Amino acid sequence: MNEFMQTSIFAGATISLLAYMLGAWLKKKFHSGLFNPLLISIAATILVLLAAHVDYDTYNMGAKYISWFLTPATVCLAIPLYEQLTLLKKNLAAVAAGIVSGVLTSLVTVLLLALLFGLNQQEFVTFLPKSITTAIGMGVSQELGGHVNITVLVIVVTGVLGNILAEPVFKLFRIQEPIAKGLALGSSAHAIGTAKAMELGEIEGAMSSLSIAVAGILTVFGASVFSWIYSVL
Amino acid sequence: MNYLKQFLIILSISFIGEVLKAVLPLPIPASIYGMAILFACLMTGILKLEQVSNAGKFLIEIMPVMFIPAGVGLMASWNILQPMLVPVAVITVVVLIAVMAVSGRVSQAIIRHGKEKKRQ
Repeated sequence: MNEFMQTSIFAGATISLLAYMLGAWLKKKFHSGLFNPLLISIAATILVLLAAHVDYDTYNMGAKYISWFLTPATVCLAIPLYEQLTLLKKNLAAVAAGIVSGVLTSLVTVLLLALLFGLNQQEFVTFLPKSITTAIGMGVSQELGGHVNITVLVIVVTGVLGNILAEPVFKLFRIQEPIAKGLALGSSAHAIGTAKAMELGEIEGAMSSLSIAVAGILTVFGASVFSWIYSVL
Repeated sequence: MNYLKQFLIILSISFIGEVLKAVLPLPIPASIYGMAILFACLMTGILKLEQVSNAGKFLIEIMPVMFIPAGVGLMASWNILQPMLVPVAVITVVVLIAVMAVSGRVSQAIIRHGKEKKRQ
């Protein structure tokens, strides 16, 4: 099997897409944020590869063509940002304060916890982009020399947990304004959190999707500064 | 042809992003340069939304699938992840709750402050 898989260009990509369809189907069936199609597809693909004794490099010969689309897709995140522009301008102070404070909180708490756990530089930068969308976060981790695969795991799990914890957290901290809820979800749990924000309401959804690109771009700059700070500490 | 043209525009911008990344000595991914360029083009009217929106929205919709290969890469880096499991779990949860609470409270304070001003 491995012998054939090594020459196959389509096997890796096919398995990945099939696994994603399975995840999407499970999510639809159980209506729960816990069934995240991306997490399920990653787990299912790993299980299939282990069962078939296919190693990662072999799988990736075909699967890498899926990732090839990532840069153009990320470029397109400018489109929803542009569409939400009037909403951004109307609430400029709240949006700016909400996202900037969120980005700073993320960088500072990662720094403090990294010091607490005594992480090395490479481990630290792996966590730096954990609150932003996978597309941008992967790039940040790569640029700063982190473990990109672990960054992806942490980002996706953050999104899924954000989806689940949003309502209890809002209750606990008495966050009631729809705009504030949207900004909080978008800057803490990126695109996966935005799915939850859209469930909460239209304003929440729009605010959250606006936060994805803005928090992502701010983190690109913030992360390189924090990476430097950690290296001199 | 419509999709092909839109995809050509998006790819060209990605390519310019790639060039900028190669030329500028900053730790910024090519996609971020591209995003800024596309945003600037839309803002200035060089590009109309309709010239990129169909292909762009399709790409955004299928974006989660593009992360699968990186996620599956965990099977190759399990030996790195395993000793880090505790920090991974703690950082994931604590940072999430902290960011959500701070971002929500700060923006809520500003919204309510604004509402009060209007009332006065």
